[in-house]
Amino acid sequence: MLMTITNTLAPATDLGFLLHKHPDRLQTFELSFGKAHVFYPVAEPERCTAALLLDIDPIDLVRSFKAPPQTARSLQHYVNDRPYVASSFLSTAISRVFGTALSGTCNPKPELPDRALPLTVTFSAIPCRGGEALLRDLFEPLGYGVEAQGHPLDANFPEWGDSPYFTVTLTKTCRLQDLLSHVYVLIPVLDREKHYYVDRQEIEKLLHHGDCWLADHPARDLITRRYLSDRRSLTRIALDRLREGEAEPEDASEEATPTREERLESKISLNELRMKTVMATLAQEGAQSVADLGCGEGRLLQGLLRHKQFKRVLGLDVNHRDLEIAARRLKLEHLAPAYRERVTLIHGSLLYRDHRLRGFDAACLMEVIEHMELERLTHLEGVVFGDAMPRLVLVTTPNVEYNATFETLPEGTLRHADHRFEWTRAEFRAWAEGVAQRHGYQVEFAPIGERHEVFGPPTQMAVFRRSAS
Amino acid sequence: MKLHIPQLSLVAMVGTSGSGKSTFARTHFLETEIVSSDRCRALVCDDETNQEISADAFDLLYYTVSKRLSLGKLTVIDATNVQQEGRKRLIRTAREHHVLPVAIVLDMPRDLCYARNENRPNRDFGPHVIRNQYSDLRRSIKRLKSEGFRQVYVLRTPEDVENVAIVRDRMWTDYRHEAGPFDLIGDVHGCFDELVALLGKLGYAVDLEPGDADHEPRYRVSPPESRRVVFLGDLVDRGPASHKVLRLAMDMVDQGVAFCVPGNHEAKLSRKLRGANAKMSHGLAATMEQLETESDAFRERVVRFIDGLVSHMVLDGGRLVVAHAGMKEAYAGRASGVVRSFALFGETTGETDEYGLPVRYDWARDYRGKASVVYGHTPVRYAEWLNRTICIDTGCVFGGKLTALRWPERDLVEVPAKEVYYEPVKPLDDQRETGLSVQQQEDRLLNIEDVLGKRLVSSVTSELGYNVMIREEHAMAAMETLSRFAVDPRWLIYLPPTMAPSETSKQPGYLEHPAEALAYYRKCEVPQVVCEEKHMGSRAVVHICRDAETARRRFGVESGAIGVCYTRTGRSFFARPEMETELLERLGAAMTRADLWSSLNSDWFSLDCELMPWSAKGLDLLKNQYGSVACAANVSLAKGAEALKCALDRGVAAEALAAAWSRRAENAQRFHDAYQPYCWRVDNLDDLRLAPFHLLASEGGVHADKSHEWHMRTLARLAETGDPILTRTRHRIVDLEDAEAEADLIRWWTELTEAGGEGMVVKPMSFVSRRPGQHLIQPAVKCRGRAYLRIIYGPDYDLPENLARLRQRRLHHKQRTALREFVLGIEGLTRFVRREPLRRVHECSLGVLALESQPVDPRL
Repeated sequence: MLMTITNTLAPATDLGFLLHKHPDRLQTFELSFGKAHVFYPVAEPERCTAALLLDIDPIDLVRSFKAPPQTARSLQHYVNDRPYVASSFLSTAISRVFGTALSGTCNPKPELPDRALPLTVTFSAIPCRGGEALLRDLFEPLGYGVEAQGHPLDANFPEWGDSPYFTVTLTKTCRLQDLLSHVYVLIPVLDREKHYYVDRQEIEKLLHHGDCWLADHPARDLITRRYLSDRRSLTRIALDRLREGEAEPEDASEEATPTREERLESKISLNELRMKTVMATLAQEGAQSVADLGCGEGRLLQGLLRHKQFKRVLGLDVNHRDLEIAARRLKLEHLAPAYRERVTLIHGSLLYRDHRLRGFDAACLMEVIEHMELERLTHLEGVVFGDAMPRLVLVTTPNVEYNATFETLPEGTLRHADHRFEWTRAEFRAWAEGVAQRHGYQVEFAPIGERHEVFGPPTQMAVFRRSAS
Repeated sequence: MKLHIPQLSLVAMVGTSGSGKSTFARTHFLETEIVSSDRCRALVCDDETNQEISADAFDLLYYTVSKRLSLGKLTVIDATNVQQEGRKRLIRTAREHHVLPVAIVLDMPRDLCYARNENRPNRDFGPHVIRNQYSDLRRSIKRLKSEGFRQVYVLRTPEDVENVAIVRDRMWTDYRHEAGPFDLIGDVHGCFDELVALLGKLGYAVDLEPGDADHEPRYRVSPPESRRVVFLGDLVDRGPASHKVLRLAMDMVDQGVAFCVPGNHEAKLSRKLRGANAKMSHGLAATMEQLETESDAFRERVVRFIDGLVSHMVLDGGRLVVAHAGMKEAYAGRASGVVRSFALFGETTGETDEYGLPVRYDWARDYRGKASVVYGHTPVRYAEWLNRTICIDTGCVFGGKLTALRWPERDLVEVPAKEVYYEPVKPLDDQRETGLSVQQQEDRLLNIEDVLGKRLVSSVTSELGYNVMIREEHAMAAMETLSRFAVDPRWLIYLPPTMAPSETSKQPGYLEHPAEALAYYRKCEVPQVVCEEKHMGSRAVVHICRDAETARRRFGVESGAIGVCYTRTGRSFFARPEMETELLERLGAAMTRADLWSSLNSDWFSLDCELMPWSAKGLDLLKNQYGSVACAANVSLAKGAEALKCALDRGVAAEALAAAWSRRAENAQRFHDAYQPYCWRVDNLDDLRLAPFHLLASEGGVHADKSHEWHMRTLARLAETGDPILTRTRHRIVDLEDAEAEADLIRWWTELTEAGGEGMVVKPMSFVSRRPGQHLIQPAVKCRGRAYLRIIYGPDYDLPENLARLRQRRLHHKQRTALREFVLGIEGLTRFVRREPLRRVHECSLGVLALESQPVDPRL
């Protein structure tokens, strides 16, 4: 990874004083993650370029630094782009190697740091998660001229498309200290993968280096959130301090990174509507024991427990982590034993026959079936309708016809990356009627959400009632 | 004096304090067989005389007793047991576990008990306690039999006690010492001609010695070799000649060529013959009429015979259980009214069906026992195994057939009924309407309890002699993966094992080298190895059937597919199903042209393959990981080298750094080049290359008994058919004592890897190999080329300082996992080939995934 800084105001070699590095020498600094070399490819009175070359040890990287949790133990943990791109390693190197310049001090020439210089900074490769547009959104409001050169992933395979890397040149006439502060903060914002654990200290760093410019930056919230690695609580504290009394925008309580599905459906807060409809149906049908099959993090369970009518509630999920979150959400550990007994969380799968699911009045499969492989729905059918056999079964699933109304969703794309299929109203109806007929249920259909005159409702629900035998 | 007690019984010591119960128990029983109330008192409160915590102490006592009884262990309760109240719980516990309760009463002289108590510390309770116990005891002795104790022994003097010996009698049902071979015959129901025909077909010679005034007629039956018949009950009723069937069966039992368990019809006949009021329905009238032609003596013999029959029998070392109406695992080998009733009638659900008949509890669906259970009672159209049980009542009297099961061969031998002797109330189910066996119908769904939890998978079927423990959290992770991503479990009969690399090489520039792979097998005293080119694509498992009908019949898959192609984690290989279908059809056609179906006499095959290119399945990984790193490295390092060159030109002393940097730039280029041969564009099937390297299994066998040379040779026939998508695997056979061959192999490997090949896999010639002695050794080790390892370990991995650090890698865990997964793979296939229930096959695939969920260095 190479960063260069060029000054073209004579005497340009003043840059050496500012950086506190002699233009004729190669200097090497030992850092915890490798080495940083500083040298000058050009050092003339009209033009002086300092280069910071990061020499990151990819093998020590494995042992010394935390990997992002999702990639831990994968091959990515061992072979990755870190040695070659601008990332939080660069910010750390700047503060270690160019510390005096970053703090705006220069003992030999104390007047220098305050002078605005025509500066050009280049980066050999920045991983720009968000594309060139984000790069511009971050630097242009600060007055930089931005030049970015993209790179194809592999010239031999044009069908692989573009890489996320850009070779970037920024130009601005300003104090070197300001330029370094901008780089220090904004590079990790573009890259999004910090090499160290992000805690409260990170807020101080952000506010220190973002002093004077961050509060008024139009992308302030995004910068803050991404700099703090999307940690909601830290972001809230930092933004509070940045806003200084300014009213909090409404979306501040939203999840840091809503899923595609949530973003698409947010306008109509479909999730809430689904829960309401399902709970109302359960109440109306007089269900007292309810199994939430595919309970996820337990939102429906939480709703059900608020109503005395539901005397026994069971949540099943295939994802054990989700169940742990559900247990926390329901505060199971703090419930009195008598209340604790109302709810059971079990790890299981709707593709395996499970006697624990027998004996419930009702079962809900809210946005569950579309996460199963189509060919395995027969197993789900056997487990729920053939074996557990509650008297009432509620199934909700997206209505794919409605996707046409989501402007941001490319045609043919499903609402969620894990959806294996999404059905039209006719497809859902055909499946549900088949199930009902095979297992002795009557089925009715109900829309959820505002109905589009052509495409129907965003969500469709089937209500199965077991026929009296 | 000898006290006979059943081998499995609950023995109650009865007697006052000081009567010598504990001493008696310790003398005649194992210490671990005795559960003492005083000991339980001490365990719960440190004081063995504390009467206040009696309830807690007895809870503990009965908890222990229950655990022992459910494991089939004789247990002695050392407590006074003088009060009826307390004994009720004891009797109830014995009944719950279907073991016989026995009482041994120590009715010692009162003064002796007083004296003994006075000499014991901690027994300072007054004489009134013993007095009360004594009067309780007096009242009890007479009642014990009626309370339900099967045997009651009363010892009245210390001399009695001295002279006692306990004899443990074999359980009546315990015939484990009878190892067979057997011919088990289902419900005969008076079909004498069919029975004689069946016996003839089984090789028994049946002769009738005619009777005269003094002798009843008598059948003489000589069996083939040492075989014996086991009649499963319901010899009589409905059919034309129950009396003859009875005579034949009784004579065979008397001559020691047959065993017999009773059916519900025998039970009723015996009641009727003894004069009880039994309804003459269900064909009893016919039997009574037929017996009218026989003598009184014969009828008396029938009653004696029936009353002497034991409800069920456990045979052949416990591997075989026979009973008329079946036997639950918890009841087998036990004795109680409930067990007897289950053996004769089975259980019902309390509901009735559309014909007004009671709905039977289908115990076989829930059966998970190790022993095979053979039974009759419920007429079925076809005798079929379900969860190691089989009903062989094929409704002869209803015009079906009379069936025998040969044990241990498990062959079915049948004789069709000559006519319909009796119209059934309801028609027999057409079990095969769907074309699936009853086991396959049952296996449409697996049960969660057969998947979750800690489990020990024993390689009992494949006889590899290696057991694999699957930890609960790993099973949970595997269950999630299977549920969310895997293909239908009926296809998922095998998941391929991981493979360990060869030991780390110390040669300069190498992390892996053939020398270590060969050295490993030489050390294991393997004479010959096969070295196969390692294809670089994605692992693919293919099961292929000759047609959809075979897939349905053999795999129970009802989708109409002729096969499947899935990845090493059980995911469908192709996003587009039509591509899978086309691949399977092409492969099937090649199998036909190569004449594999008929030469291996199978209409299905399981293949372990590599499917190329890597980019077909691994495109995301290639783009996000290798492509990205190569792109970033090349762009960045070039810029760095440029800047360094400028500095050098200015005279900055940066020579060493510049040299290092250009070396890194070259390495980045090599990294980029390394994955190029594994990528090409795939638009249609012709762009794919399938390289099968193991012919895992086909009908009747897992080919782990064949050499790798056989696998290579047989599979090469597919590539020879000329279909360009089928690729052969280049390989060398190396004699490990031949130094020249080793040098040759190293040259071959070097050329292969320098031309862009991933490397090779070294396998001992025989598929399953052991060290002299017994231990299984690695079934294969991989030896990857330098270029390929650059993708795995990073662009600069072979700089000397990096290589030195990377050589510290540890292989032990990977090797252990590889071996365990290999065992699970073979075991699962073997179970499938033997047509074991799907859960037994599934357990092995789940096991492989569970082991894969353990953290391990992914670069190995």
